[in-house]
Amino acid sequence: MITELDRRQFLSRSLAAAGATWATANWPAVLAAAEHAHKAAASPDSQKFEFFTPAEAKEVEAISACIIPSDGTPGAREAGVVYFIDRALVTFASDEQKAYREGLPEIQKRLQHLFPSATLFSAATPEQQIDVLESLDEAGSKNPPRRPRANFIAGSATQFFETIRAGTLAGFLIDPESDRRGNRGGVGWAVIGRLPEHAFQSPFGYYDKGYAGWQPASAAKESAKND
Amino acid sequence: MTSPILNLTSKLMSRAARPDQPKYKTSDVVDFVIVGSGAAGGILAKELSTNGFSVVVLEQGPYIHESEFSHDEIKILQEDFLTNHPKLQPNTFRKTPKDKAKPQRVLVYGRAVGGTSNHFTANFWRFHEIDFIERSKIGAVPGSTLVDWPIKYADLEPYYTKVEWEVGVSGLAGASPFDPPRSKPYPMPPLPVKSSGVIFERAARKMGWNPFPAPMAILSQPRPGRSACINCGFCLGFGCEVKAKSSSLASMIPLAEKSGKCEIRPNSYVHKIEVDEHGRATGAVYFDEKKNLYLQKARAVILSANGAETPRLLLLSASSKFPNGLANSSGLVGKNLMFNTGAISVAVMDEPLNDYKGFAVSRVLHDFYELDANKVGFYGGGGLDARYDITPIGFAFGGLPPGSPRWGKDYKALLAHNFTRSFEIFGHGTSLPVEDNSFSIDPDVKDDWGLPALRLTYRDHPDDVKLMHWLADRSSELLDAAGAKQHWTFPIDEQQFGVHLLGTCRMGNDPKTSVVNADHRTHDVKNLFLCDGSSLTTGGRGQPTMTIMALAFRAADRIRDLAKRGELNA
Repeated sequence: MITELDRRQFLSRSLAAAGATWATANWPAVLAAAEHAHKAAASPDSQKFEFFTPAEAKEVEAISACIIPSDGTPGAREAGVVYFIDRALVTFASDEQKAYREGLPEIQKRLQHLFPSATLFSAATPEQQIDVLESLDEAGSKNPPRRPRANFIAGSATQFFETIRAGTLAGFLIDPESDRRGNRGGVGWAVIGRLPEHAFQSPFGYYDKGYAGWQPASAAKESAKND
Repeated sequence: MTSPILNLTSKLMSRAARPDQPKYKTSDVVDFVIVGSGAAGGILAKELSTNGFSVVVLEQGPYIHESEFSHDEIKILQEDFLTNHPKLQPNTFRKTPKDKAKPQRVLVYGRAVGGTSNHFTANFWRFHEIDFIERSKIGAVPGSTLVDWPIKYADLEPYYTKVEWEVGVSGLAGASPFDPPRSKPYPMPPLPVKSSGVIFERAARKMGWNPFPAPMAILSQPRPGRSACINCGFCLGFGCEVKAKSSSLASMIPLAEKSGKCEIRPNSYVHKIEVDEHGRATGAVYFDEKKNLYLQKARAVILSANGAETPRLLLLSASSKFPNGLANSSGLVGKNLMFNTGAISVAVMDEPLNDYKGFAVSRVLHDFYELDANKVGFYGGGGLDARYDITPIGFAFGGLPPGSPRWGKDYKALLAHNFTRSFEIFGHGTSLPVEDNSFSIDPDVKDDWGLPALRLTYRDHPDDVKLMHWLADRSSELLDAAGAKQHWTFPIDEQQFGVHLLGTCRMGNDPKTSVVNADHRTHDVKNLFLCDGSSLTTGGRGQPTMTIMALAFRAADRIRDLAKRGELNA
């Protein structure tokens, strides 16, 4: 988790990076939201569930932890994905409530079908958990890629695995300063290498470092010859 | 303890408060009612109000201040905070007029003050000379209703320049050998190059092509009240908190408000243009936020509601005097829809580009703007850009190569590796106008206000599909030249969804084959004007907003002159 001191440093670092442009900017509402999200995450309410029972939450957390495991770097568990999904189900994804209420027992059934001696998904071995989810993942990697665009979470997913996969991905990578309760401490962004700052300056990456500036094609040819 | 940052927040927010606008009564006959506050509506509102006319802008969406903009992908991309909502305003789709349309989301447009200009990519290519005279140059294209514009590039050139200087476009004049003539350089230098741009530039030069710094409607230098781009990385799809993106909201609406003559009336959903017994428009009927109905009276009405909602509004305004819809004696209202074509290829490089930082596009090339149909075997043309426009959740859903794992340890490892190392090449191209391709009103499905839903009928002209494949092949060659060990192209299918909504009330001289004349005046109703994507006679090469804005500046001059000559009262 980002500490209070880190948070302050990070906000002021953003301010410094943007420099004089801040004078005219409307940006601070985002900072206010950041403060708010930070306070909310630190409050005792942050451990409460709005939709799930504690038992359901435990199963959801276990499933999400298979989708994005904690394997040396933080996963869905550390990012608080279960809290994100819980809030989603009483806000923008309320039409998925039924899918969760019916889907969790289905996963339980599937577990017991495959492993008659197992009790709860959350108590199963990692190998058993993966076997269960693989048996539910009908699409697998056969799906062709699709343009990542709006409405990535289907309104009423028919397959529960797709629904919980979508919720897990979104909860891992949501803007940590939103009030959605996911990506706690920005750990999801840290995993994929997305820095949390609000402002960046060029050079941005490996290939634009040392770029000499734009030249017309003829001049560029000349300088290439001299290289 | 009060945070110093929050203190700063409240100070800056109060400074950013909007100036007082006039409040007109609905019974006041204002000079102009403008429906829509986007790329065209914002410019028309600013130009007409600063010329002394009284203006009411009716915007169906809310007035969302920059301080309320957000980087929350759920809020923006899932909940449609800035855009039309598929549940409140459902759509239907069919491929041909023979089919029964089925419910499906078919479009995204900005539904807030500022319209789609709030969230666009801001790629700001001018149309070239060819775009206005293509039919004369290449002849008829079977299966297409391609025609010339009634105006030429030279007529619009001063207005392109006006967009660049008044709205704010960064770029480098003369950098592309294919650029059409211009009267002035850009008002500010290009934005910094991104790693994607450097890779693209080097590879394109290896291929013998002519990459150049992208002209972008994003400020590279601050302007009064607006910041230069701070490279936050939430650009396409998102609104700009620092007003660096040259939306209508950031650039034009504040000037319209400052004139003291313009009222922006948000949450005002127009569903009918009222017409008197002489066939003249008298105002616009709209629902307010509580779904109460009002008629705002006006001497003249301008529709800038976008290429889907403008024709829908005309069709919804059918009456005994105009049984096929208002201004539809040609029968072409809603038809000849063009979406532009696109082909997207993704590459993964060895080192981190960190292209998530910054705006979307920094390098472009126009070598394929005008392809020779005799050589390539189809009609069309386009351009390529190097970009990254995917935010983190979007990347997790669709950014990985085909056949990648979708969950688990390996999936996570790929996400961690690829997010900073990926970029896209986007091929943008022409769409041929086809009369059956259209927005119309659905006979069965209704929106949340009880109005007939938008129905899309669309099937790409076969040449458009060939062009998409051709552009994807060039992107692949470029990525090979760039040394990208892994790259792929998103599947190319016939389009069933659009964001460029063009040509549905096309401009022309002949009332039988067009809906508006070169002044944007409808052929049928003398005090009714249409100015937005619907006016475009051809769709260009995939970047329509620059031209929509230039047309709006020009239309404002034409309408002002007509009004001053008393021609709107006749």
